[in-house]
Amino acid sequence: MKRGKGRNRKGWLANAALCAAALTVIGALVVLPLGVILAEAFSGGWRLWAASVAEPEARGAILLTLAVTALAVPLNTVFGVAAAWALAKFRFRGRSLLLTLVDLPFAVSPVIAGLIFVLVFGRSGWFGGWLAERGLKVIFGTPGIVLATLFVTFPFVARELIPLMSEQGSEEEQAALSLGASGWKTFFKVTLPNIKWGLLYGIILCNARAMGEFGAVSVVSGHIRGETLTLPLHVEVLYNEYNFTAAFACASLLAGLAVVTIILKTVVELKGARDAA
Amino acid sequence: MNRLKFKQNSVLPGFGLSLGFTVFYLSLIVLVPLSALILRSAEGGLEGFWRTVSQPRVLASFRVTFASALQAALLNVVFGVTVAWFLVRGRFPLKRLVDALVDLPFAMPTAVSGIALTALLAPNSALGLALARLGVQVAFTPHGITVAMIFIGLPFVIRSVQPALADLSAELEEAASSLGATRAQTLWRVVLPLLAPSILSGFTLAFARALGEYGSVVFIAGNMPMRTEIASLLIITKLEQFDYTGATAIAVALLALSLLGILAINLIQARAARHWGN
Repeated sequence: MKRGKGRNRKGWLANAALCAAALTVIGALVVLPLGVILAEAFSGGWRLWAASVAEPEARGAILLTLAVTALAVPLNTVFGVAAAWALAKFRFRGRSLLLTLVDLPFAVSPVIAGLIFVLVFGRSGWFGGWLAERGLKVIFGTPGIVLATLFVTFPFVARELIPLMSEQGSEEEQAALSLGASGWKTFFKVTLPNIKWGLLYGIILCNARAMGEFGAVSVVSGHIRGETLTLPLHVEVLYNEYNFTAAFACASLLAGLAVVTIILKTVVELKGARDAA
Repeated sequence: MNRLKFKQNSVLPGFGLSLGFTVFYLSLIVLVPLSALILRSAEGGLEGFWRTVSQPRVLASFRVTFASALQAALLNVVFGVTVAWFLVRGRFPLKRLVDALVDLPFAMPTAVSGIALTALLAPNSALGLALARLGVQVAFTPHGITVAMIFIGLPFVIRSVQPALADLSAELEEAASSLGATRAQTLWRVVLPLLAPSILSGFTLAFARALGEYGSVVFIAGNMPMRTEIASLLIITKLEQFDYTGATAIAVALLALSLLGILAINLIQARAARHWGN
């Protein structure tokens, strides 16, 4: 009896020590930085925060970020679904090579991702002369920002869907087809409902990265005020001008995006798990 | 006969369309631009490549980047296993909230993390002053780079170890202790070998991410050439001077070195798996 109690207390102590250690790590590395952003953003009061966010350059940066995301996320979503259909539902030669290539952008660091587009479309790049003759600007313009964003967010949807669709197999699709449904109808009525949570999960992560990308976009943007500054680049410019309150006010919008992202991600995970059960 | 065929038979439609679009889009966004990196780096010739890469400032940036990434990934193994252990086995009312918070460094835009960590640890901040009293300066030193790399790498180790730990059956540990093993022996001889592959893959992911990291590092690093300048920043500096050849050479070297590093870790993992038989 006494021994059992002793062991219980030992177990309680071990659990308390474990909780303390883990919460210290998460508190110091995750909660504290988030708290600093909010504290700095509102250090001048609510009004100053609102003024920093609503100021024309900040508004322009927000609009550019939304526009780039609105282009990049749907394109990579369509690609992700197509790639998953080909790679998960069929077996063919070169399949494993293609699987590796789809993941390749994750292995390339953001700055290098920006650099490669400069090498193709920049002033002395492959198509630089051709573009300049026609007065077109890719690098130091919105097209370059879209391309760099497409590159860094390339695998998100595909990598979520490929394992999911491989696991689900294709019996249900075969049944639908043998009952006379067309290919597209089979996709929209059978496949899409089965993959919806995985698809949504991929889109959420893709969206967060598209809105928040910094390194790759920084290389191709040229930092032209009111023209090629996305919201993360606008934060950088403000910060380097020692305009800390405004920098953190804009950063708090992006931090809010991150918080919303992890909330949505948790909800989608729970829904997906419930559907699978 | 079947071996010679490109694709196994299937009744599902859309193979040509989906594969065609996949290959086309992959080439357009990824393969053609990446091949530019390889082809452009060849233009300067091997000698030109070597001249750039062997500059003391470039070598120093590689040293700083690799040393900090290695330190950060090692520390993340300690932090990550602790948090994963807590998430799987700990008893705590708000565990689900902590579980969700783990992904925040991954979801947070890197520039935002960068300025937040800098504000937190700058010499004039509360924490910076307290550390200065202890004789430690973190911001604008190599320690700052390591802290930023720990921040962005942490979720990778946790999310690798967590499922492996959840799969670990408590019966194995009970069996070991009923056979007379102490708790320490059980952890060292039974649990650790079973977790090793997931720890190593988490370490690799965190290390790889840290090597290429830019946004969260540049604000806190101070960016002094030879001391706190990371390789990614040096690429941007060269580009701003329109030194495309130099930027390309550093990028290719960084990419090659990180691939080699990851390959080495994968080899260790394969060996470890053979050694422990799992």
